[in-house]
Amino acid sequence: MIAFLQQYAFWIITIVKIALLLFIVLTVNAYLTWFERKAVAHIQSRWGPHRVGPHGLLQPAADGLKFLFKEDVTPAGVDRFVYYLAPFLSLMLSLTALAVIPFAPNPLPFKILGEHVYLWITNPDIGLLILFAITALSVYGIALAGWASNSKYSLMGGLRSSAQMISYELALTMSVVGVLLMANTFSLQSIIEQQANAKWGVGFLGWNIIAWTHQGLFFPQIIGFICFFTSAIAETNRAPFDLPEAESELVAGFHTEYSSFKFAMFFIAEYTAMITVSCLATILFFGGWLSPFASTPFWHFTYYIPSITLIPFGLWVIYDGLKYETIFGKLILPAIGFAMFAIGGALIALPAVNDYIQPIFWFTAKIFVFLFFYVWARGTLPRLRYDQLMNVGWKLLLPVSIANVIVTAGVVIARSYR
Amino acid sequence: MTTSVETATGVKKTMVLNMGPQHPSTHGVLRILLELDGETVLKAVPDVGYLHTGIEKSCEDKTYSQATTLTDRMDYLNPLGNNLVYALAVEKLLGLEVPKRAQYIRVMMVELQRISSHLVWLGTHAIDLGAMSVFLYCFREREEILKLFELFAGQRMMTSYIRIGGVALEPPAGWRDRVGKFLGMMPSRIDEYEALLTENRIWMARTKGVGVIKLEDAIAYSMTGPTLRAAGLAYDNRKVFPYSSYEEFDFSVPTRTDSDCFARYMLRIAEMRESLKIVKQAMEKISDSGPIKSEAAGIIPPQREKMKTEMEALIYHFKIFTEGFSPAPGEAYVTIESPRGELGCFIASDGSAKPLRCHFRSPSFINLQALPMIVEGQIIADVVACIGTIDIVLGDVDR
Repeated sequence: MIAFLQQYAFWIITIVKIALLLFIVLTVNAYLTWFERKAVAHIQSRWGPHRVGPHGLLQPAADGLKFLFKEDVTPAGVDRFVYYLAPFLSLMLSLTALAVIPFAPNPLPFKILGEHVYLWITNPDIGLLILFAITALSVYGIALAGWASNSKYSLMGGLRSSAQMISYELALTMSVVGVLLMANTFSLQSIIEQQANAKWGVGFLGWNIIAWTHQGLFFPQIIGFICFFTSAIAETNRAPFDLPEAESELVAGFHTEYSSFKFAMFFIAEYTAMITVSCLATILFFGGWLSPFASTPFWHFTYYIPSITLIPFGLWVIYDGLKYETIFGKLILPAIGFAMFAIGGALIALPAVNDYIQPIFWFTAKIFVFLFFYVWARGTLPRLRYDQLMNVGWKLLLPVSIANVIVTAGVVIARSYR
Repeated sequence: MTTSVETATGVKKTMVLNMGPQHPSTHGVLRILLELDGETVLKAVPDVGYLHTGIEKSCEDKTYSQATTLTDRMDYLNPLGNNLVYALAVEKLLGLEVPKRAQYIRVMMVELQRISSHLVWLGTHAIDLGAMSVFLYCFREREEILKLFELFAGQRMMTSYIRIGGVALEPPAGWRDRVGKFLGMMPSRIDEYEALLTENRIWMARTKGVGVIKLEDAIAYSMTGPTLRAAGLAYDNRKVFPYSSYEEFDFSVPTRTDSDCFARYMLRIAEMRESLKIVKQAMEKISDSGPIKSEAAGIIPPQREKMKTEMEALIYHFKIFTEGFSPAPGEAYVTIESPRGELGCFIASDGSAKPLRCHFRSPSFINLQALPMIVEGQIIADVVACIGTIDIVLGDVDR
């Protein structure tokens, strides 16, 4: 039995990892909707969800159940096969994209079935290309949904979305070429590692957004990053580029005619795409899992930042939880709070574990910043018009990112001759 | 449904998109048939009548005082303005003088109503263009105005506070503090909206040069209100045909010349600030005591004390509330400046206790007629912006 398991260890571990990643991503998705609603609500001086569970924390579960139990309406005159294929395609592609994202540099400190376990599903040498290939395909989901729905609003939404995604795909790809030239590789893991040799060892200086390494100052990719993130917001169809589903014009755009779980699939796909793009921004421009601080002894205290955030937060969860007279106050929230507190304490007590979670912590923290930025933009900005959106993409972002590529290439060549 | 149009390159297929009556941003139940070539609007045909209430006809079956409550429900963002124009028309028919104190109270309430209407306009227009937060900020401040109305009249929206011959109730205790507090808060809140929108690149891109109405066209379509003033003509009924003692107030009529959606936005923001000035002046003019209704036996319900001491008062009270009063045969037409433009009321009396005909010249209906002219040739997203800045209220369109 053990021999059999060891023989197929690679497959078993990969499948378990996929299942785990799916579980985590879907949960994060669910709570991302909660976070978005809550953050936008506070921007708009409202409360947001606060009825289901403490601080509305069970709202995502309620929403998910609602999606499952809603009547699954198929409008008359739809192209049934394509109509059902579209949400599936969207969801599948957006989840697949996550497969190439590396979440931490080191394998788990112990072997399972005689194999090292890395925190990524696969780490191909052309990771970035694969990622772009997959995200580029996701336009099909939306275009097909718009076309198959047999509704004019859906059709307009689908058309807009296809045009938008295709045009921004160019700027998106162009804006990362600078990074690729500097890193000289397509592998996401290598791109992160190349950012590690920062000037004076001060972590954040080495990130591609500043690109100040031991060898001197490279060309900082600030412009590249701005182009990248702007196109990425457009690519994921989020505010202020959320034209395909511009509620005030096209009702709900390409998913007007979708209900129940098919709608939820589009929804999950959109949020997963947000996470993927945030991961990518972190990896390409902000040093992935690298800590922003130097690794000198003086900065050693930054290793305790996870604990420093977890312990007070855990205590606050206990304090806040005890106010509820239901089972939340009696059991669940104090238990969660205590668990956070205990984990925070354990991290101080066990330096080996603490060292191991550092990359994961920084990676997550950076992704969270980008996700917050998404939400912030949604709460603040009006929506661009369709033609203006195209103008921004073709006449601004694309030339600027090409210029960025040329300048970066020049710097790279100049340095190679020095 | 597809139709064919001849173009320079040959025959092209177009698509007809049915926008509304159930649509998130036609501001109610407006239906527009859009003939589209891609995203460009070739032809727009507004279709009204989905909110027809028959209020004008219903007025003919009510006594003059009863009809006041119906007018609230026409332009539901401007109930007090509707009350005012109706009351002014009936007073003109009767030749009734309204005490100064009541006139100032009317001015104050109508100007508060103008601010609240512009707030709803700004919020909905902003959400049409995707700026979600401004909508909630505007409704937060509108809530304060509605609370003031509740304080004065006991009702938040359909107040029927302005009655024939004056206003319904004595201002409540502490009203000066409450209104003063609102006046103190509001300017900074308007600054807040401007901070979010006025210099926002996306907002400017969405509104500048969009939905331009030339002044000649605006006059030809007899557009009034902010749409006309944004085209450059300082025509405001409060200045041109002052009513309710507006001539005693010091305020300016803002105008713009560019006449696009952005101009109309800036104009309404400026109007809100002017209205605040008027409310402030009205507060100073309203004395602490004095009549709030004119004295007219048989027309204005007598005071409670008189009813208990004078027999005539009791009889008049009974007669007013059973059969109403009967103005002499004749006609009266009065116009006021509603937040949307010139709101007129025409009443014809045949000498009975009920109006022979009661007609409202509603600015929404007339301004809406220019919509096809404005949107043809623009793209779908601009249709939404144009509907927004014309500021129609479907209750006002259909009556």
